[in-house]
Amino acid sequence: MDTSLKVTLSLIGISIGGLAIAQSQSPSEVKLPEFEQGKYVHDAPTLSDIENDPNLHKELRKVILKGRDMFMNTQQYRGEYVFNDMDCKSCHMGEGRLPWAGPVWPAATTLPDFRGKNQHVNSLEERIAGCFSFSMNGKPPEYGSDDMLAMVAYHQYMAKGAKVYDSNIAGRGFSHLGKQMPEDISYDAGKQVYEENCAVCHGSNGEGKTVNGDIVFPPLWGDGSYNWGAGMTRIFTAASFIQNNMPLGQPGRLSDKEAWNVAYFINAHERPQDPRYTGDIKETREKYKNFYQWSLYGQEINGKILGDHDNTGEKPFLKPEVLKSRTFD
Amino acid sequence: MNNKQGFVVNCALGALFLGVSLSVSADGDPESGQQLSMKGDGSGAPCMACHGPNGEGNAAGAFPYIAGMNEQYLYRQLKAYQTSDRNNAVMSMNIDNFSDQQLQDIAAYYASLDKPTSTAESANSGLIKQGERLVNVGDWDNYIPPCSTCHGPNNRGVDENFPGIAGQHSSYIKQQINAWKSGNRKTDKVQLMEAVAKRLSDEQIEAVSAYLASIPAAE
Repeated sequence: MDTSLKVTLSLIGISIGGLAIAQSQSPSEVKLPEFEQGKYVHDAPTLSDIENDPNLHKELRKVILKGRDMFMNTQQYRGEYVFNDMDCKSCHMGEGRLPWAGPVWPAATTLPDFRGKNQHVNSLEERIAGCFSFSMNGKPPEYGSDDMLAMVAYHQYMAKGAKVYDSNIAGRGFSHLGKQMPEDISYDAGKQVYEENCAVCHGSNGEGKTVNGDIVFPPLWGDGSYNWGAGMTRIFTAASFIQNNMPLGQPGRLSDKEAWNVAYFINAHERPQDPRYTGDIKETREKYKNFYQWSLYGQEINGKILGDHDNTGEKPFLKPEVLKSRTFD
Repeated sequence: MNNKQGFVVNCALGALFLGVSLSVSADGDPESGQQLSMKGDGSGAPCMACHGPNGEGNAAGAFPYIAGMNEQYLYRQLKAYQTSDRNNAVMSMNIDNFSDQQLQDIAAYYASLDKPTSTAESANSGLIKQGERLVNVGDWDNYIPPCSTCHGPNNRGVDENFPGIAGQHSSYIKQQINAWKSGNRKTDKVQLMEAVAKRLSDEQIEAVSAYLASIPAAE
């Protein structure tokens, strides 16, 4: 190695060291990944846009605002559509508008499309129904119902001006860290990250926090949390979500490795059964291994096989009727 | 009595004893705290001189209401004035001679009081409207989540980590947001409030403070 390269490298080392210090000293820095070149960025409308858009018929404005209200306060449908402690906004931060926070508008511009998760072409309504069935451990609003229309209207309005059927979208979903978990990730290391950064809001047992029955911070495992069919059970999904969104207000505070460790730790806990459960954990894992290969469902952690139970949490049934396969053969 | 009834009664008794034992073993003694709040620590002003006879605070002096706040929150703040995790020369001077137990007692006393009911301040309606939007909707494009996300329903607080801020004096809220911003308040290792405070503009701080002061501290 020639001297100048060595000098350059050590200078880079110094500046990286300096950045690391700067990070802990300025929590106000929003550290998000750069948008990949060639991907398009969409600036989703705000609440003020919905309120002030002169082109919206007042009846439509009402419907979009209802959809927004359902999205932000989904708990108002507790026991009807939702059987755990989650709201849509619990995972789709920033009103479902923000890049790197699971923005919801791409569902409106890229569907109908084939989805690997259920191996058929899905509509926007089906996609929303998926969230209700898994992440909310619930029962989706009926297809074509007023409530479903309101949800769809909010999604679609958020996509205003975005390109239809262009999936080259910047900041979509939760996967910027890649799918493959690094090898040296552990429960204990994740536990430490959790206790230092997460427990203040989500509680030392992942139980979340409520005030007089109102949920403030959602539970991360247990009956009140997302079930084993939710995308967030995939460690890579949780790791990317956490790194770009948590602790609240400090994207990028955790290192990649801390995010992986804590995502593993959180998802190494028990939660309500996947609605796709066949009654046999091994069979279920095998049947949907495309999905479960990324989660700890059916794996032994601390002497127990995760997901080997009939517990559906507060929900009095396993599978919502609307979850059906579809074929055009 | 059948087994099920026996179980229910036992649970109820258990809960009762648990409740009693919790209040007996709780750290602070409100009666002692009340005495201390009137006497002071021997070298400084008593709590009530600035925070008022009912812990209602004083808007003109930027003295916060402390009545009905979470007990552990109050204790930790008092402690922070002793360790300089919160910097306020007057507060530190007035409580530096109190023992841990005395701080616990004072916290227990003020936590036992009802929140003030008549703190609502008025302000320019445009400012209040802007504040309401920030407090309840946030400004996500500048990565400012709504205050209520952490401070709970109606911003009336969650627990020892997330105090009630509804109905607090605007002068005090403004002072504290600026304290987070400047690093004068360092009571949170995870830096949740510090991060947000540093992104708030002066105008936004005015608006948030005005709105929070205009809403009731309690039902």
